[in-house]
Amino acid sequence: MTAAATPASSPATTGERPGVRMARSRRNAELSLLLLAMALVAAYGAMVEANVLDTVTPGFWVPAATLTAVFLGMHLVIRFLAPFADPALLPAVALLNGLGVGFLRRLDLANAAPEERADLAIFAGIGGRQLAWTLISVMLAAGLLALMRDHRSISRYAYTLGLAGIVLVMLPAVLPASISEINGAKLWVRIGSFSIQPGEFAKLALLVFFAYYLVRKREVLSLASHRFLGIDFPRGRDLGPVLVVWVISLLVLVFEKDLGTSLLYFGMFVATVYIATERVSWLLIGLVLFFGGAYLAYVLGEAVGGPFANFYLRAQIWLDPFAQPYDDGYQLVQGLLALGSGGLFGAGPGGGQPLLLPEVRNDFIFAGIGEEIGLFGLSALLVIYLLIVERGLRAALAVRDSFGKLLAGGLAFTLALQVFVIVGGISKLIPLTGQTTPFLSAGGSSLMANWLLIAVLLRVSDAGRRPVDGAGGKVTRPSGPPEQLHGAPTEVIKP
Amino acid sequence: MPELVITVARFGFLVLLWIFVFTVVGVIRRDLFAGARSGRLVAAPRTVGASTGQASAKPAKVKRGRAAHQLVVTAGQLAGTRITLGEAQITIGRAEDSTLVITDDYASARHARLVPRDGQWFVEDLGSTNGTYLDRAKVTGPTPVPLGVPIRIGRTSLELRP
Repeated sequence: MTAAATPASSPATTGERPGVRMARSRRNAELSLLLLAMALVAAYGAMVEANVLDTVTPGFWVPAATLTAVFLGMHLVIRFLAPFADPALLPAVALLNGLGVGFLRRLDLANAAPEERADLAIFAGIGGRQLAWTLISVMLAAGLLALMRDHRSISRYAYTLGLAGIVLVMLPAVLPASISEINGAKLWVRIGSFSIQPGEFAKLALLVFFAYYLVRKREVLSLASHRFLGIDFPRGRDLGPVLVVWVISLLVLVFEKDLGTSLLYFGMFVATVYIATERVSWLLIGLVLFFGGAYLAYVLGEAVGGPFANFYLRAQIWLDPFAQPYDDGYQLVQGLLALGSGGLFGAGPGGGQPLLLPEVRNDFIFAGIGEEIGLFGLSALLVIYLLIVERGLRAALAVRDSFGKLLAGGLAFTLALQVFVIVGGISKLIPLTGQTTPFLSAGGSSLMANWLLIAVLLRVSDAGRRPVDGAGGKVTRPSGPPEQLHGAPTEVIKP
Repeated sequence: MPELVITVARFGFLVLLWIFVFTVVGVIRRDLFAGARSGRLVAAPRTVGASTGQASAKPAKVKRGRAAHQLVVTAGQLAGTRITLGEAQITIGRAEDSTLVITDDYASARHARLVPRDGQWFVEDLGSTNGTYLDRAKVTGPTPVPLGVPIRIGRTSLELRP
């Protein structure tokens, strides 16, 4: 058969145009969702002013309009660079980001002297800074979309990124505490008044490396095994990498004094291994190792103290925050009280007392927002996170190469785990740790890293949803005589 | 600001928040439940492939009625992946520029390809080391692929779906 079938046969098949039904890019749906999200952000801003200032200033819409302009720009970038990307990702993230900026501006209003409140400049205060960070982050995400036309291309830098990730993770641990320690957790690099959280970027870099490594090793990890109690367990020698990551995450726990970060890295790795191998035993091994390690650290903290003391203290606060409500347990107690006084429907945006909460712009932003929008609103925010994660996993299912599957699945899981760690922390489900709430918390590092994550998910979902003979012609090169495939050597190209 | 306005706005905001959530769900509704539907689809063709006699009887019916719209991976590491078929050929192999990149130790870099001609898809082996199988039979030349009959490449299995 001459393989010229491709272009020549098209008239015959036009009757059933199979691609048409599925190949909708859904960009207009994205646009209308985005406008709805921005209307919500503007409404939030107006209500904050109505509650805090008792009047709505004529300029209440300016921050929302700025955000709208930024996100519309991103929408246009997606329209041109990733036309088949998932339509739900950008609006959902934009809403969270916009509400975060709105809430931080609300804190500025509460902080400002009463006579200055009405004319608070748009880029003033933490709300304004967050707005500026949003601008920068969205531009970075757009830049990543422009640079990375095919998600498989980043697998070329997998080892570089892996090394960079480890350096970034270890950096705060080895730096002196005066540079890296804030509130007992050594997660920061402070240069003057400027501080960055390298761990936020490390998780992206490490995930690229994990995905690349596991695509190459998954056969060994999933096939060589022996059965025990009905579950396939891997051979001892194949446990090497997971043990190495376990040790690293425990070192993070001990030296950076942060359970959340260590749980995040370890959980990320175990989830990626699970996605790669489909073996439940890896999840069991991971859970046993993590809880064993955490319990060991707790026992050591009680008996030895030293580097484990911080973790022991946090676990104590978690077990009984009301033991010392004005001292060690102050943060958690205030967070719980804020959530409690918010009740089912909250006090209304601007109606709560978020300034009573310590660290309300970072760790406790969820409690601060919760006081004002109540359980009803908080659960909506959690569902939005859930939808973002679901879209990420869906992108992983749809994409046609293993590296993309592992990358998108891992990134989506990491986002979910981070939300779990911080929301679980402030609601006293797990010991509280200083994670940022993705897209809501004040802070450039977190915002930038999470927007980059979304850019990767958009790129992967674009690759997955793009029809095979799609507009970009990226996947196949349909026209022209086909290459002489018979003559091509059977080369082994690992992705 | 009158208390009433603020109260209405407060609840209105929460309602709007949930409206947003449900609108997003509405936009992604179709592939939100796509997995559930495909679960049933996976089970159906098994009976078709069970006996080769049935499988050879099937295509005559299929050609007249429904055309293949999707290529679904039913087994192997990419299981669950679906490709919407257009008019372009689909190349399968380990090479990175393949349409379907399979990391399968028994697959060649350029293993096989699917080519449409007059609404019928043909599978063609591209000189692979371990061969391509249509159900149980080894593919030697371009072979028409009926709906729901597995194409086996290494540990990976693919099917055409309407």
